[in-house]
Amino acid sequence: MALSPELFKPLGKIETQADIVRPSITYWQDAWRRLKKNPLAMASLIFITFLLLAAIIGPFLSPYSYSDQNFDRANLGPCWAHPLGTDGLGRDQLVRVMYGARISLAVGFVAATTTFIIGVIFGGIAGLAGGWIDNIMMRFVDIMYSVPFLLWVIMLAVLLRELSSQRGGASGSGVNLFSIFLALSLVYWLPMARIVRGQILSLKEQEFILAARTIGASPNKILLQHLIPNAMGPIIVTATISIPEAIFTEAFLSFIGLGVSAPMASWGMLASDALTALKSYPHLLLFPGIAICITLLAFNFLGDGLRDALDPRMRK
Amino acid sequence: MLEYLFRRLLSAVFAIWVVITVTFIIMHAIPGGPFQRDKVIPEAIRKNIEARYKLDQPLLVQYRDYLGNLVRGDLGPSFRYRGQTVNGIIEARFPVSMQLGLTAFAIAIILGVSAGILAALYQGRFLDYLTMSFSTVGVAVPSFILGTLLMYFLSSKFKLLPSAQWGTPLHVIMPAIALAGLPTAFIARLTRSSMIDVLSQDYMKTAVAKGLPRWRVVWLHAVKNAIIPVITYAGPLLAGIITGTFVVENIFAVPGLGKHFVISIYNRDYTVILGLTAFYSVFLIGLNVAVDIAYTLIDPRIKLTARKE
Repeated sequence: MALSPELFKPLGKIETQADIVRPSITYWQDAWRRLKKNPLAMASLIFITFLLLAAIIGPFLSPYSYSDQNFDRANLGPCWAHPLGTDGLGRDQLVRVMYGARISLAVGFVAATTTFIIGVIFGGIAGLAGGWIDNIMMRFVDIMYSVPFLLWVIMLAVLLRELSSQRGGASGSGVNLFSIFLALSLVYWLPMARIVRGQILSLKEQEFILAARTIGASPNKILLQHLIPNAMGPIIVTATISIPEAIFTEAFLSFIGLGVSAPMASWGMLASDALTALKSYPHLLLFPGIAICITLLAFNFLGDGLRDALDPRMRK
Repeated sequence: MLEYLFRRLLSAVFAIWVVITVTFIIMHAIPGGPFQRDKVIPEAIRKNIEARYKLDQPLLVQYRDYLGNLVRGDLGPSFRYRGQTVNGIIEARFPVSMQLGLTAFAIAIILGVSAGILAALYQGRFLDYLTMSFSTVGVAVPSFILGTLLMYFLSSKFKLLPSAQWGTPLHVIMPAIALAGLPTAFIARLTRSSMIDVLSQDYMKTAVAKGLPRWRVVWLHAVKNAIIPVITYAGPLLAGIITGTFVVENIFAVPGLGKHFVISIYNRDYTVILGLTAFYSVFLIGLNVAVDIAYTLIDPRIKLTARKE
């Protein structure tokens, strides 16, 4: 091979250098970019948005209310006036399923929010304090953990039902929505507390915390401004995963008679009502059942997608 | 080993004590007591009833008696059905739930593990996609939906199986499948990911390289190691199956403990609700201890002294 002198000329001041530099992107932009590449998670996100709209706006657009009874039109199959048919009391099933979406989503989001608040505070304090405080707080979590969550929730729901019916509320077999929120919130923060504590334990040994301490930041400030923001990925993933669990638990409670009281409708209650007339009117089970399954599926996919996007280390 | 065992048992006993104390507090936090309900009863009669069930004693004395009775294994009387005790209810109904639960447990383990192994061996192929789509959807179907669907198709529509009641092996099939559905799907996913992980280990290459037959490599080298996460899941699995019986037994009118639990919730039969909660908790905490111990016997790499996280 002939070597010509041209090959050994300097390339001149490199202009390619400028092309290599990419705009720096934040953690959140990066996560969003990764999430967008996940078709299942994006489809779930779109479905959940659609469901939220249907739950909030839907009941207003319908000519019927969730409690309107019309015995002339009881037990209709799907038809033009009632796209999903009517139940045994002639109530429009479409409106009831949309209303049920309201309750299920409200339960999910309230549970996620309270899980977030209690879990982050509890886990944060335990992780930051360390020592015997951490030990006591975490033994408490361990003990709560050793009993299935559903048993705790059932006990709390029974207690809250009695307390609210004693206070002169409706004496039906149902519970008000607030009791369900409370019962779920009192139990579902446990996994969050564990995750947050674990994150904080590893983060607090790092140099930026040492730096914050050296310049005299208060523990409060260290926790809220330095530790929690850095643990946000796993926290959001855990909160998202708690949404389908809460929706599932609410449906379960409604099914065994500890859910919202009639005439309110939740998906679990609609499914439970459908059971009595299953043989003749299976469509009454079909639509709330599909709604529950697809919603749970969507939140599961979104949770998985967020886990991959926000916290690649948690990837299975 | 012994020290760990002792510590584990001690913490289990402590957990049981906490659960029982909490249930006791909840029972007594309900205002008005268990007899102030549907109709107003004369003061004297109420006093008599309360004396009969020792509800007129100071709370601490009641608590001491309750704990004392529990230690002797006596869960007290039902406040709703005269002459019935919580122990009697458990004795009559728990075997039914147990039979149903164990069948579901066996289905979930056998079906879930084999589906997971197959999916991992045929990773990326049709069989893998098939089992994984089933199990992805399966994780999102609550037992009461699966149960009612089964009932509609298998007994109302095609009249293959009896829709309710209990007694013959045919009665067990549908409730057991409804109960096993979600755990099966979960176990299949768990086994698959664990199996894929094991299959990529170096010792698998060694086993193939030294010319072992394929079945030996798969069964003795891969499955044995891949099964460990499934065993860890046994605790939550049992909890899921037991709480699942609450609805499944109701759907199929199975005369088990779960159905009675729900009935006592409807009836506001507090002693039964709380007695059964205590019973379930003790049962599950005990099983979890057993699983922890069994699991160290199966996998010698796990050191008993290591703190669980």
